[in-house]
Amino acid sequence: MAEISAGPSGHSAAIVWWRDERKRALLWQVLVVAGVIAAIWFIASNTIENLRTLGVPLGLDFLDFPAGFAISFSLIPTDLDSSIGRLIVAGILNTLLATAICVVLSTFIGFLVGVLRLSGNYLISRLATVYVEAVRNVPLLVQLLFWYVAIVKFFPNVRQSISLNDMVFLSNRGIYAPRPVPQDDFSIVLVALAVGIAIAFGIRRWAKRRQEATGKQFPIGLSALGAILLLPILVSVLLGNPVEWELPALQGFNFQGGIVLQPELATLVIGLSIYTAAFIAEIVRGGILAISHGQTEAAYALGLRPSRTLRLVIVPQALRIIVPPLTSQYLNIAKNTTLAGAIAYPDIFSIIGTSLNQTGRAVENIAIMMGFFLLLSLIISWFMNWYNRRIALVER
Amino acid sequence: MKSIKYIVASVALLAGMSTAAHAASTLESVKAAGKVKCGVNTGLTGFAAPNDQGVWAGLDIDLCKAVAAAVLGDANAVEYKPLNAEQRFTALQSGEVDLLSRNTTWTLSRDSQLGLDFRAVNYYDGQGFMVRKDLGISSAKELKGATVCVQEGTTTEKNLGDFDKQYNLGMQPVKFKESTDARAAYDEGRCDAYTTDASGLAAERTGLKAPADHIILPEIISKEPLGPAVRHGDSQWADIVSWAHFAMLIGEEKGITSANVDDMKAKNAEGTDGADAEVQRLLGITDKLGEGIGLGPDWAYNILKQVGNYGEAFERNVGKSSPLGLDRGLNALWTQGGLQYAPPAR
Repeated sequence: MAEISAGPSGHSAAIVWWRDERKRALLWQVLVVAGVIAAIWFIASNTIENLRTLGVPLGLDFLDFPAGFAISFSLIPTDLDSSIGRLIVAGILNTLLATAICVVLSTFIGFLVGVLRLSGNYLISRLATVYVEAVRNVPLLVQLLFWYVAIVKFFPNVRQSISLNDMVFLSNRGIYAPRPVPQDDFSIVLVALAVGIAIAFGIRRWAKRRQEATGKQFPIGLSALGAILLLPILVSVLLGNPVEWELPALQGFNFQGGIVLQPELATLVIGLSIYTAAFIAEIVRGGILAISHGQTEAAYALGLRPSRTLRLVIVPQALRIIVPPLTSQYLNIAKNTTLAGAIAYPDIFSIIGTSLNQTGRAVENIAIMMGFFLLLSLIISWFMNWYNRRIALVER
Repeated sequence: MKSIKYIVASVALLAGMSTAAHAASTLESVKAAGKVKCGVNTGLTGFAAPNDQGVWAGLDIDLCKAVAAAVLGDANAVEYKPLNAEQRFTALQSGEVDLLSRNTTWTLSRDSQLGLDFRAVNYYDGQGFMVRKDLGISSAKELKGATVCVQEGTTTEKNLGDFDKQYNLGMQPVKFKESTDARAAYDEGRCDAYTTDASGLAAERTGLKAPADHIILPEIISKEPLGPAVRHGDSQWADIVSWAHFAMLIGEEKGITSANVDDMKAKNAEGTDGADAEVQRLLGITDKLGEGIGLGPDWAYNILKQVGNYGEAFERNVGKSSPLGLDRGLNALWTQGGLQYAPPAR
């Protein structure tokens, strides 16, 4: 009380602590943090306590239990004796596969449509507009179910499958194609491929240096492609083609042998890519429109053709605007793959669902899945942030 | 959309569990709420599905109603919560529903590891297969390498694995979150066979484009005792739920129907000659057995009056007079060679 009565003339050190704004702020922060910790502790301890009351065990031991159920598609070998943990890993790989394909495909379609929406051709730009508006305004789950039914209905039954030269078979069980079986000398072909890629990089460096020095251009793309393709093919032919092809054949109920693209994966990839591409197209269009038209005019004045103007002047600048929202779209792709269960693609969400049902460990199973998606999302955004910094305008 | 549901369910699990610890017994909370929250199938004709007037009907629904009639005296005081196979246990554990009456198989692991209790079986079932007639097969053992459509998150998945392993069939399961999607994919020819409980097959077949083109194979590859589940640790509530089912069985055994229950009560009034002592006890004429499980003397009378006995419920929902047209089979009373057997009311 004595300090307060010191009045306005009092020294700042004499102010009571609750009248000091900084100390008050500190107090609030401590209280909030303590509150959050208390809430988490309350929920966690209550959950553990209640699970114990119900007699539900808590722990990750169930990952070693034999699963006893099969999955229709897996990148690693699994069978009925595989552990639940192994099937969850297979589910994670399936999710990663679908995510990776969708990211590439939706970026490609998105850039194409985004640029087409800005086309001077009325018909093309209108078509692109219709695509974007139709696709992004219909719920994704509805679209996935639509594509699934469309694919399963459009392709014939397995016994009436369309045969392309008795090598590739199309049916509503999927697309079956011959599978390459590498023979003894195949590793040499792989070495040739590596050498081809190295040569392609060499050509690119040499061509860039030459252009900087002399201004002369060199068809980098074509020659690099030639090096990557021709060398391994040449080596393969010289070795007498060390690859045998295993042809799919109808045996019993299904085709046996060969490789197969199942309708579930195809549906997920097509549906999700087309959906996300509509959003990416808008992001690309916005990025390009944000670049002053003076840039285009300046490029034309220098004699650059429209395609070069776009590729060398506009897009590199637009990318700086495009990349941050593009990151969000990639994160959406990763998370939207969880809709796969509706169309029977065995992604992690679907396998976790089965595991949850077989073992009853809801908390652990959901925690594993949330941890995986958190990690995946953090990796995607870390990579995109790194890329964003790399393409950012270097200010001198 | 699904993932949101999932997260909501898990948050509900966490939040619900934190309250469940302090909550009163299920019976008290049901009485306080004035309704029974009953977890049911999202739609399985004959067991739990909205009928053409949009009112829930089915054998599992009748059990929900019986519990409501016993506890609250009103068979319609039920709030139905449609749950898919994956959500059901979490919903019960978290207290979102008081009772799970959703054609759920009673297994050792579910009874012991999920924090649930099973005490009664209202339908004895077994898993079977449905295939197209034109495949020309007559046994499930011929399904070598076949593609099979199945709903995810059910015991069906595991039975399929066991059967596959036993006969070394190498079948390919295609698993859908919803049974309706699985059935549609089978109907379009994505799969050679569709598998679920035999009663479910009969129900699902009615929804195919050409039901007559499909046959149900004779093999029953599993035992599927389907029954209501309650949370572990509340024995009183478990008693009420199981006795609601038993009262319907005893009702059938004694010939008490919803139509004649009042006559039966009058005929067996206290001191009447030739009165059936068990009927007297069941209908609360002499003993007050209901008090032992926290219910009024009229608990069984209300069930039989408002819902009917087990035989009535069976015929109405899944029996010969319903679209499913199932035989009583294992679900006949023990006196008629079936497995439905209620402990005596005394």
